[in-house]
Amino acid sequence: MTDISSSLTTADGRPLKAALAAAQARARRKAFLLVAPLLLFVVVTFILPIGQMLQRSVYHDGFSKAAPNLSQWFSANPEGTVPDEAAYAALVADLVQMKKDKTVGEAGTRINYTLPGTRSLFTSAARKSESLQPPYKEAMIALDAEWGKAELWGAMRSSASPWTSDFYLIATDRKRDSDGSVVMVPENQRIYIWLFAKTFILSGVITFVCLLLAFPIAHLLATLPMSKSNLLMILVLLPFWTSLLVRTTSWIVLLQGQGVVNNVLVSLGLIGDDGRIAMIYNQTGTIIVMTHILLPFMVLPLYSVMRTIKPSYARAARSLGATSWTTFRRIYLPQTLPGMGAGALLVFILAVGYYITPALVGGADGQLISNLIQFHMSKSNWSLAAALSGMLLVGVLLLYWLYDRLVGIDKLKLG
Amino acid sequence: MTTAARNDNFVVFDHVQKSYDGVSLVVKDLNLNIAKGEFLTMLGPSGSGKTTCLMMLAGFETATHGEIRLDGRNINLVPPHKRGIGMVFQNYALFPHMTVGENLAFPLEVRGMGKSEREAKIKRALDMVQMGSFINRRPAQLSGGQQQRIALARALVFDPALVLMDEPLGALDKQLREHMQFEIKHLHETLGITVVYVTHDQGEALTMSDRVAVFNDGKIQQLAPPADLYERPDNSFVAQFIGENNKLPGIIEELSGDKALVRLATGELIDATPVNVTQKGQKTLVSIRPERVEFKPEMMPAGAHTIDATVLEVIYMGDILRVVLRVAGSDDFVMKMRNTLGQTKLSPGQHINVGWHPQDARALDPM
Repeated sequence: MTDISSSLTTADGRPLKAALAAAQARARRKAFLLVAPLLLFVVVTFILPIGQMLQRSVYHDGFSKAAPNLSQWFSANPEGTVPDEAAYAALVADLVQMKKDKTVGEAGTRINYTLPGTRSLFTSAARKSESLQPPYKEAMIALDAEWGKAELWGAMRSSASPWTSDFYLIATDRKRDSDGSVVMVPENQRIYIWLFAKTFILSGVITFVCLLLAFPIAHLLATLPMSKSNLLMILVLLPFWTSLLVRTTSWIVLLQGQGVVNNVLVSLGLIGDDGRIAMIYNQTGTIIVMTHILLPFMVLPLYSVMRTIKPSYARAARSLGATSWTTFRRIYLPQTLPGMGAGALLVFILAVGYYITPALVGGADGQLISNLIQFHMSKSNWSLAAALSGMLLVGVLLLYWLYDRLVGIDKLKLG
Repeated sequence: MTTAARNDNFVVFDHVQKSYDGVSLVVKDLNLNIAKGEFLTMLGPSGSGKTTCLMMLAGFETATHGEIRLDGRNINLVPPHKRGIGMVFQNYALFPHMTVGENLAFPLEVRGMGKSEREAKIKRALDMVQMGSFINRRPAQLSGGQQQRIALARALVFDPALVLMDEPLGALDKQLREHMQFEIKHLHETLGITVVYVTHDQGEALTMSDRVAVFNDGKIQQLAPPADLYERPDNSFVAQFIGENNKLPGIIEELSGDKALVRLATGELIDATPVNVTQKGQKTLVSIRPERVEFKPEMMPAGAHTIDATVLEVIYMGDILRVVLRVAGSDDFVMKMRNTLGQTKLSPGQHINVGWHPQDARALDPM
């Protein structure tokens, strides 16, 4: 028995399925050609750079390229092998070559990432490499006792392959100890995990404050008559049209020690002249200014959702016997949930990656993870910056996934 | 309460006025008594104040002046949730984030009713509108007619004595609307509730109501049972608003008791019943229903005045033939003829004489 769908044919005898596919293929081709320029643009300017950047977080050939002999020795001898004369001979041969190629700085920097304070070891050894005589092991250790330490050899082993997880270990405050197992760095050297936590906590606080402030404004916008709500909307959007730098620096003018707010408080006698409140160049400053800057991103999705909630729902609830508070809690609030979710997600994701504002007003304790990423970028440690960015990206995607599970991405309304 | 006298003053609007801007009145001195168990319809064009009256009764608007009483109690200052009035909204206003069951449970929950009692009431209310199997659906999964039934069930589930309906069938198609009209009317009769119904659809008002209040310009133009409203309109507005009407402007030539002779602008004399004209020489607008216009002499009373008419157009409408005539210089005089076997065939250009029973032509105020 033949399949019914394949037995159907068009008027001129072609199978219906084939005819349909041909007809649709044309439309699909046309549609693809229309989006092709945008697709190309996105691939070239977005996906490729980000992919390349993320690749840097697990790929660094600074040492492996400059030390071929040592790489060979590492791959021939399993982990844990005590470096023998052959290993030192390979090391010296590589150092000689590095000096010739002027790559010792780069190679030393790579080892330095994994084991801080070792860069000068390489540069000074390379300088003297040509005058070294066998036996190389003794000669190297005579040069500096560090060359005999298992930790250094461990660092060289992990750097001998361009593919590495070292940067993710660093980004999570971990390191390999001398026998190659992963351990946390000493408490006083831990930076990144706490900074990640602080970034997420501060972003959460900013999101929450934004939600508290935006909810009544959005409600007002959605319920006022058009002429008045338009004016109010302009006030909400005004910050959008003003330069970020101008807004941030005007907050500095307002909040600094000799700023407007402190001066007013002092002149009102609320605080003494010597008790001026530090509202900027600290966490408080970061929270205040970022809340202000991100507020429109909360107001707009909320507004767009609230506008669609007809006043008759509230009236129906009231006529059914609900007090105004019950009506708000059980009828209005649940219906604004998609807007709250969209706004919170938007503000949180923006806050987590925000750079300029914390850099300008964060002071010492108001810095976020993005500031550290920038710091490593400027120090040319792109791999660590990439690893931190990668973790940030994963965190945000995780959040997005969580939102999808809890609320549903299809309910996301961004306006 | 078995032998309690019929409460004619269950809902009372006592000299109620409403202004939104402090400049003009939307509702002007409204006096209206609604009896317990009555089906009263507020009918009128948009902006006539009917919905404002309903909103004042529901408690969403406050009267600028006057008093609204429910069962003898002044409710001007009672907030909506304490009035215990069921309400059906134009767009149903079913809570979209709740299932049908949760929607119906809402008014019972806020009244602190126990779970088992709640479930029994919800089941009864849903069965009442034949929607028992839809309890777990969401409003978005229901058709317009089904949503309307749920809205109705929700307004009735907490047993209110008074139910307000604000153009509840406006969004439904014609057939469904007629079916729902019947169902609402049926529910009203079986439950013995009082219904105040707002609509701008005169057909709906005529078929469903015990009494109809025709609103225009913030005032009740006429308050009467449907038949009276249609056959004996009190003024030109009501005559125009309810059903189709022919208008003939003229001047009272003779006035004697319940008969009047009106001279049209073109000089012809016609018979009419004086309604709100009082003296000879007064300007008037005579209104005649198209189905009461006759052109066969044997159908008119003896001695009736007739006037010349020219047939302009005959429109076949199935059950009736609609004949457009030129009468007294105007081209929009309509006569409806029943499409019976052996009905006289009229054709455009033909001259006929039309007349009517004097009581079918009502001499009203000039517009």
